[in-house]
Amino acid sequence: MNRADLENMAQREQERQQGFRCRLLCCASTPCLSSGGTAVADALQDEIARRELNAEVQVVSTGCMGPCSRGPVVTVQRQGEPDLLYENVTPDAARRIVQQHVQGGEPVQEHLLPLDIPFFTKQHKVVLSNSGLIDPERLEDYVARGGYSALAFALREMTPEEVCAEIIRSGLRGRGGAGYPTGLKWDLVRKAPGARKFVVANGDEGDPGAYMDRTLMESDPHRVLEGMAIAGYAVGAEQGYIYVRGEYPIAAKRLERAIRAAERRGLLGSRILDSNFNFRIDVRIGAGAFVCGEETALMASIMGRRGQPVPRPPYPAQRGLWGMPTLINNVETLGNVAPIITHGADWFAGIGTEKSKGTKIFALAGKVATTGLIEVPMGITLREIVFDIGGGIPDGGTFKAAQTGGPSGGCIPAQFLDTPVDYESLRALGSIMGSGGLIVMDDRSCMVDVAKFFMEFCMDESCGKCVPCRVGTVEMYELLRRITDGSATPADLATLEELCVMVQETSLCGLGQSAPNPVLSTLRYFRDEYEAHIRERRCPAGVCSLDQVPVLEWPDRLHAQALAGNGSISGEVN
Amino acid sequence: MSVVTLTVNDELVSAQEGQSLLSLLEELGIQIPTLCHLEGLSERGGCRLCLVEVEGSNRLLASCVTPVQEGMVVRTHSDRLLKYRRMILELLFAERNHVCAVCVMNGHCELQDQAVNLGMDHVRYPYLNPDLPVDASHERFVLDHNRCILCTRCVRVCDEIEGAHVWDVMGRGVNSRIIADLNQPWGTSQSCTSCGKCVQVCPTGALTTRGVTVAEMEKQHDFLRWILDGRNKKQWHYPAGEQ
Amino acid sequence: MAARPTAKRSPRRDDGGEHPSGDPRFKLIDRTLKRFQYQQDALIEVLHTAQEAFGFLEEDLLIYVARQLKLPLSWVYGVATFYHFFSLKPQGEHTCIVCMGTACYVKRAAEIVASLQAEFGVEPGQTTPDGKLSVATARCLGSCGLAPVIVVDGEVLGRETPETTLSRLKALLDTSQPEPMAG
Repeated sequence: MNRADLENMAQREQERQQGFRCRLLCCASTPCLSSGGTAVADALQDEIARRELNAEVQVVSTGCMGPCSRGPVVTVQRQGEPDLLYENVTPDAARRIVQQHVQGGEPVQEHLLPLDIPFFTKQHKVVLSNSGLIDPERLEDYVARGGYSALAFALREMTPEEVCAEIIRSGLRGRGGAGYPTGLKWDLVRKAPGARKFVVANGDEGDPGAYMDRTLMESDPHRVLEGMAIAGYAVGAEQGYIYVRGEYPIAAKRLERAIRAAERRGLLGSRILDSNFNFRIDVRIGAGAFVCGEETALMASIMGRRGQPVPRPPYPAQRGLWGMPTLINNVETLGNVAPIITHGADWFAGIGTEKSKGTKIFALAGKVATTGLIEVPMGITLREIVFDIGGGIPDGGTFKAAQTGGPSGGCIPAQFLDTPVDYESLRALGSIMGSGGLIVMDDRSCMVDVAKFFMEFCMDESCGKCVPCRVGTVEMYELLRRITDGSATPADLATLEELCVMVQETSLCGLGQSAPNPVLSTLRYFRDEYEAHIRERRCPAGVCSLDQVPVLEWPDRLHAQALAGNGSISGEVN
Repeated sequence: MSVVTLTVNDELVSAQEGQSLLSLLEELGIQIPTLCHLEGLSERGGCRLCLVEVEGSNRLLASCVTPVQEGMVVRTHSDRLLKYRRMILELLFAERNHVCAVCVMNGHCELQDQAVNLGMDHVRYPYLNPDLPVDASHERFVLDHNRCILCTRCVRVCDEIEGAHVWDVMGRGVNSRIIADLNQPWGTSQSCTSCGKCVQVCPTGALTTRGVTVAEMEKQHDFLRWILDGRNKKQWHYPAGEQ
Repeated sequence: MAARPTAKRSPRRDDGGEHPSGDPRFKLIDRTLKRFQYQQDALIEVLHTAQEAFGFLEEDLLIYVARQLKLPLSWVYGVATFYHFFSLKPQGEHTCIVCMGTACYVKRAAEIVASLQAEFGVEPGQTTPDGKLSVATARCLGSCGLAPVIVVDGEVLGRETPETTLSRLKALLDTSQPEPMAG
């Protein structure tokens, strides 16, 4: 296949789609499927067949459309009319949509989700521009929306140096959390000497509460593959690996299929688009280890070993997979590559803020009215995300904090709701951008309990190689457990704080270095809650049981016992 | 090999390019505590005791895995470092059941020595008191998991020097454990050559000779130098078939 | 989604195959071994295949993989126990995975786990003594919009409460002859 063939394919597919009077796009991503999406798609198909509309109406299974808590969602595209989106579609509603809207031209009002609400208007879709509009299992759908034209352009019109320069100029930064300038990383790998080089897409999204990468891989797999191929061309690699979390079998399956489809058409493999560039991609499935999101651990895992990090330097850009220079990017980062090449670095740099360009995908979840997947321009405020896009706190609760960055991040309290969301601002608040989990907490969430939750996670996920992380996380968890069960003393709080700083500064890899962040950030903004647990034996949010008594403080202990009123002494006696 | 100059604790010193910071500090006679490091084995960078401050780096660096660099400014004994080293030892003592009074290595133990040197006299963290077994199935040696600090010297010496790779680590995090073959009693391992190298390199009383009693066990690392020097020096090779 | 395969051990047959037992499932492993040209790097891929074929990684299987890849036994065992996805013990007939991701935790998934513990007497990671039900927790299944989420025999179910989960599982266990295949 060459560039002309690619354009032909796009044109043929566009014509095919225009041949349908009406297209029904059904979200087939996991959240919608688990709310009954399969039955809805079946009902639509069935009703269309019954009414003999097969020739003029097309039903497409697409990726995520965003408002996951309102699923199953269905988009109706009628020719000459604006798209309409239906929420909470049941099989019955699906039949009525076919009858009333598709045939009769009258939208079914009660399931309609208006597209002019802030949930949609405040978003800016760059990476997810195809998500929800194409069938992720069809290469033609992607090509019809301009897919692989960026690769074709790069191969024909640009040198690898120019590609790297374009990415540097765009200001794109790593979306995995740390925010290292992507173009600089590419240039390092391009310049690094090595007989072979590798490109790795990091799809080991382990943060509890985050599913941006999964959605991208499931909804638009070719976008990631195209980004990898462009990266391979830019750095001089002929082999790529995409490392997918083991919990995401659908994403892995779709990527495998997409790779085979692209190879068949000469968009991956040897002599891509009739150029001299060869690039193969293999999928590697993770096996359940959060630490493998760390790049050196991820490489160990790709090489079939225990996923334990190794000290850097040397960085993967110098010595990575099998000792060769290796480029590792998050899949969302790679999802930005094709649009940048297509529309140019200036266009991309025009979105976002001075230092944080472009958009960021967040998985909005927790105590917020509309949860789901959103893509917003950098620099948007948390208030806009939580209250405009998310629709505020449900059930009359009040906003308490937003947690970003998962177990490596922190909690941002209400007084900072107007902070712009970018790498530097979030870091200044003691949190991080992270990979994009954004959990909203209301007044019924106990911040000590939340910190304990994240610490338990880190304790389970610590690889065990370095002492501060292996033992430190357990000890921090133990101290937090004491605070939440009532057996802590004021001295425990001081010990905890000191330990947090030590683990942060002495751990080998990012997991240990960031594991104390949730504790430190909640201590910074919600110290009164910690104090209330310890000194007043009270959980302000009413979450913790506090049914134990402090250890080693006899007078206090007897007092506490009287307060607890249960007369039983528990906890160990040292 | 070219020479680089750097500053260590306010003194200008020179070193060989590519040399590790730790080996330079040792040459200079600066005492840096280590546990997972052992000359002759590959570096792990896991115990974090040899951390030093390097100007311009916002992180502390493990000197065993950090190569010297021109113009580097290094501090090895700041108050912060001393405090962290003590805290790391406290964590190690809290992790498993290190009861020196009944240990065969009492008086010769590297963990104990480090604690004494660094003045770590009590542990402020909750003792985890794990319930760990002792493997006495081998006819010559004993493995006591209670004393193990997971430095993996035994894993590395068995793989890199003896070439048997009997040992590895199973599980992860605080549940990591040294295992022989398929997590089976050491005495039933078919790959073990009973060479005893792992016992000699173990810094604590985790691997010991069978039959010794409290404070009797002492270990010898010298064999490592003999083997490695011999391997490096080896000046001739038998052609195939003549050996 | 993240459901571990719950294949029961089928009786061994003697119709050839490279493994001396003649169990045809070893052919699946051999295929993966060949696909990766017996590269030692492929260990995790091979273990994935082995677990899919056998349901869990028994000792015999680990030895077979180690021999084929020429890897030390302790190496293979170390890798297999590092990753939570691999199970060295047989799984129950049915599995219930409770998501304990942040969103689910904030929406009280822990209460579901506690109710399972109270009802069936199994902690996460355990199987009931009769081998009927395995309970596990997962770190985020990526369906946070539907929190709290559970996965029963591979089917993702959202907006659960302790009551709905218990009634669902009781119904499943009561009618588990023959085993209904879900999602």
